[in-house]
Amino acid sequence: MGTWTWFHKLSSPPHFYRIAGKMIPWFAIPAALLIVGGLYGGLVVAPRDYQQGDAFRIIYIHVPSAWLSLMCYTTMAVAAAVGLIWRIKLAHALAAASAPIGASFTLLALASGSLWGKPMWGTYWTWDARLTSELILFFLYLGYMALRSAFDDLTRADRASAVLALVGIVNVPIIHFSVKWWNSLHQGSTVLAEGGPKMPASMLVPLLMAALGFTFLYATLACVRVRGEVLIRERNATWLKELEPA
Amino acid sequence: MEDFLHMGGYARFVWPAYGLGLVVIIWNIWSALKLQRDALARARRRMAIGRTEDSDNGNR
Repeated sequence: MGTWTWFHKLSSPPHFYRIAGKMIPWFAIPAALLIVGGLYGGLVVAPRDYQQGDAFRIIYIHVPSAWLSLMCYTTMAVAAAVGLIWRIKLAHALAAASAPIGASFTLLALASGSLWGKPMWGTYWTWDARLTSELILFFLYLGYMALRSAFDDLTRADRASAVLALVGIVNVPIIHFSVKWWNSLHQGSTVLAEGGPKMPASMLVPLLMAALGFTFLYATLACVRVRGEVLIRERNATWLKELEPA
Repeated sequence: MEDFLHMGGYARFVWPAYGLGLVVIIWNIWSALKLQRDALARARRRMAIGRTEDSDNGNR
């Protein structure tokens, strides 16, 4: 009963708009602390890798951004599904808010991986399963955004792009398991390896901090963007008159 | 310090990766704030127009 009241209140746009605004510092401060701490730990505290030397430090950018690229897409697809099935505008707003964030971090995962690939594999790019499926993820984000912008009517844009987001979700497990299913140049899982992480704590802790920091950063950015998306969708609502002055 | 910047000979791979990370984070913050601010400004403008139309109607 209490939960439902809370849920019902949250699904009202003005309430959601206010809550999202209030959450911003609670996500932004941990994001800043964890990212700065994680990257400092990765660049300074973590010891040099015995095989890869200092080049391995790219992991502290690469893995958190690759993680975010997948987490963000999953969030986007789930939100799109909720929006499509229950016709909830707020869910569509969250999906739309997630796309540019996800696309930019997918690009970062690809670029940082490329900069890591050159010294370790001898090439910036290869058409291997992991790299190719991550590139497809980037195109899915771009396709989602392009499809949205092709509609003048926001409701139709929300529904059409939601279908694309849902179809694209099959790519997420493919990316994750690609290093297992196919022979890949890309190294296997280090953190989620069977039998526990294959890294000493001095390397692992900064990586987990950075990954958690990127997750909080996503939450911060999503809160800011989703407020904008709600305003766009609530064109004529009377509650907009009570918006606090900038 | 020089040692740190040198990154064991991998400086030209490590630092661009971190630089791109910084660029992506800054772009995300900028574009999120821009989206929210533009949407708020547009909503306010619409409300202001709505109000003047209301009072116009009242005067007629």
